[in-house]
Amino acid sequence: MNASNRNENQALARAVLEIDVANHPGVMSHVVGLFSRRAYNVEGILCLPVGDGRQSRIWLLVGEDQRLPQMIRQLEKLEDVGAVRRHHAEHAVFTQLEAFFRP
Amino acid sequence: MSETPNETLTGAQITVRLLERQGVRLVTGYPGGAILPIYDALGQSTAIRHVLARHEQGAGFIAQGMARVSGEVAVCMASSGPGATNLLTAIADAKLDSIPLVAITGQVPKAMIGTDAFQEVDTYGLSIPITKHNFLVSSTEELLEVIPRAFAIAASGRPGPVLIDIPKDVQSRAIEVAAWPEPGHRSAPAAADGMALAEAAGLIAAAKKPLLYLGGGVIHAGAADLAVKLAEKANLPTVMTLMALGAMPVDHPLSLGMLGMHGAPYTNLALDECDLLIAVGARFDDRATGKVAAFCPQARIIHIDIDAAELDKIKTAHVGIVADVGEALTRLLPLVPENPRKSWVDRVDALKTAHPQPLPGLDDPRSHFGLIRAVAACLDDDAIVATDVGQHQMWAAQAYPLRRPRQWLTSGGLGTMGFGVPAAIGAALAAPERTVVCFTGDGSILMNIQELVTAAEQGANVKIVLMNNAVLGLVHQQQTLFYGQRLFASEFQAMPDFVTTARALGIAAVDLDQAANPCAALADAFARPGPCLIHAGIDAEQKVYPMVPPGAANRDMIGAQA
Ligand SMILES: Cc1ncc(C[n+]2csc(CCOP(=O)(O)OP(=O)(O)O)c2C)c(N)n1
Ligand SMILES: [Mg+2]
Repeated sequence: MNASNRNENQALARAVLEIDVANHPGVMSHVVGLFSRRAYNVEGILCLPVGDGRQSRIWLLVGEDQRLPQMIRQLEKLEDVGAVRRHHAEHAVFTQLEAFFRP
Repeated sequence: MSETPNETLTGAQITVRLLERQGVRLVTGYPGGAILPIYDALGQSTAIRHVLARHEQGAGFIAQGMARVSGEVAVCMASSGPGATNLLTAIADAKLDSIPLVAITGQVPKAMIGTDAFQEVDTYGLSIPITKHNFLVSSTEELLEVIPRAFAIAASGRPGPVLIDIPKDVQSRAIEVAAWPEPGHRSAPAAADGMALAEAAGLIAAAKKPLLYLGGGVIHAGAADLAVKLAEKANLPTVMTLMALGAMPVDHPLSLGMLGMHGAPYTNLALDECDLLIAVGARFDDRATGKVAAFCPQARIIHIDIDAAELDKIKTAHVGIVADVGEALTRLLPLVPENPRKSWVDRVDALKTAHPQPLPGLDDPRSHFGLIRAVAACLDDDAIVATDVGQHQMWAAQAYPLRRPRQWLTSGGLGTMGFGVPAAIGAALAAPERTVVCFTGDGSILMNIQELVTAAEQGANVKIVLMNNAVLGLVHQQQTLFYGQRLFASEFQAMPDFVTTARALGIAAVDLDQAANPCAALADAFARPGPCLIHAGIDAEQKVYPMVPPGAANRDMIGAQA
């Protein structure tokens, strides 16, 4: 991504999605593929197993674009997705990680 | 789980047993190294018949033909690598048209995955975007869960294709099976929201110029009769998408036929005037809507669909209802008052008279429309009509008198040349008591012509009407109309002798161009059981009219004059 693009993107509003999924090797591809094949940039991804490890939780930081409601519906349609919750961009999950992403 | 004495079975035997328990009696496919354990087990099955296609894409479309005719999940199989990649087009086609398939592919042994092993491709990765769901089975035990689940997913909600990739060692390993899982079946979706149904009924009652817009979902849901009842009760003129043709008989007084790019002039003009659009099992595809901003510009929208992601995707609905359309229509019907709606019905009839579908040459069996009508005259409504993709497909959609759901098999969403012949064979295998006619083109038939051998071998009752204009007609048409008549790569320089070719591949063939009486020759071909190619030359200059230029509003059709 070039600099002017990056500036433009930062000016845009963001949203954080919290997605409960079944934990297996293909699930990240299913989720991220929905975005990549629509040229919808995913700015941040975080995924860890929860509980007994049969489930995982994926956190996505995405641009707040007019397609977002449709993206959420597409996510909800995936067999491996249990639930999708939408949060504001200031959600602690990504802001607390900033220390690991200093240039 | 049902209890049985413990049995020691291989993954391949378990797979076949689970298919038998699903009630599968016919599968189609093509073997290769990585799926040989399953083929070995399949060969021992007395319940399941396997039809060997001559190309994996052919197998995929044969399975589609079976599923489209029966409404049941159909099964196709292929080996790893090239077998799997050859299947992909048919799977993508099933995804876009919401056809329930289970595709089973062999994969290299687990320990070799990721090593660029012989005939290894990432079938799982390749199939993610073109399936409803997919599985890479990592243990023999998992088969007991995955296979019933694949059937349930394929059949439930909005139907679609499910792929199961099974490594060879998972097929070969034997385990003890103590109990069998229940077969996977369609699960009942949540009921429609009663408040929204009441609101929809209120909008229908209040509308002055409502139109019913039926999509393929009405066919999949088995709800065509209900849709016709609703139309009749409230006097709703009705348009259908390419996928919904047959839901309402074309000659029903309320039918406006197909809408969109190649819809009749009166159909698109009526849509322009309507004040309420009731979309049922339809998804506002661009071939149906034309320029979306100009589609039904004055209309409120009621949208009923089983797939929540379809609501508000293209057009925002005033009332959106997520439900099985059959259930929703059953409950909507009593809420909607009878209404003669005389002035709107009269207005629509006036549009029909003033702006008819141009159907030149209807009485001449040597013209494109005349040929389609002459074929229809040989058949009754029990016949199944499959098509390939091109001008011949659109002419058949415009002129064939379709009157029954599941009568019409066409590749709508993906528009795949090569669909027709194998889909027709699948239809004939699933419904051997019916006659299947397939309208194809000289371009399309070559994309899966090897399946004529399958038709011959199976004695499938398919009559393939080859409308040979010696061009890629739809490309030729676009180049003529929109690319300054620069015809490039759309005219064939060489052409096989199709009649001889068909005979060489083992099926009967007749050339209508050589027949003194083409109608008699047609009747003769239809009277003989079994596969037959019927060849007919068509003028390459004929166009599919009307046509909405890509990106234009539906009202701006060209060639709309009769
Ligand atoms: C697999 C595939 N490749 C290319 C196309 C693009 N395409 C659409 S119609 C058409 C021409 C079809 O020619 P033919 O089968 O002879 O039918 P006609 O239009 O002449 O009736 C082409 C090339 C397609 N739909 N599918
Ligand atoms: Mg042609």
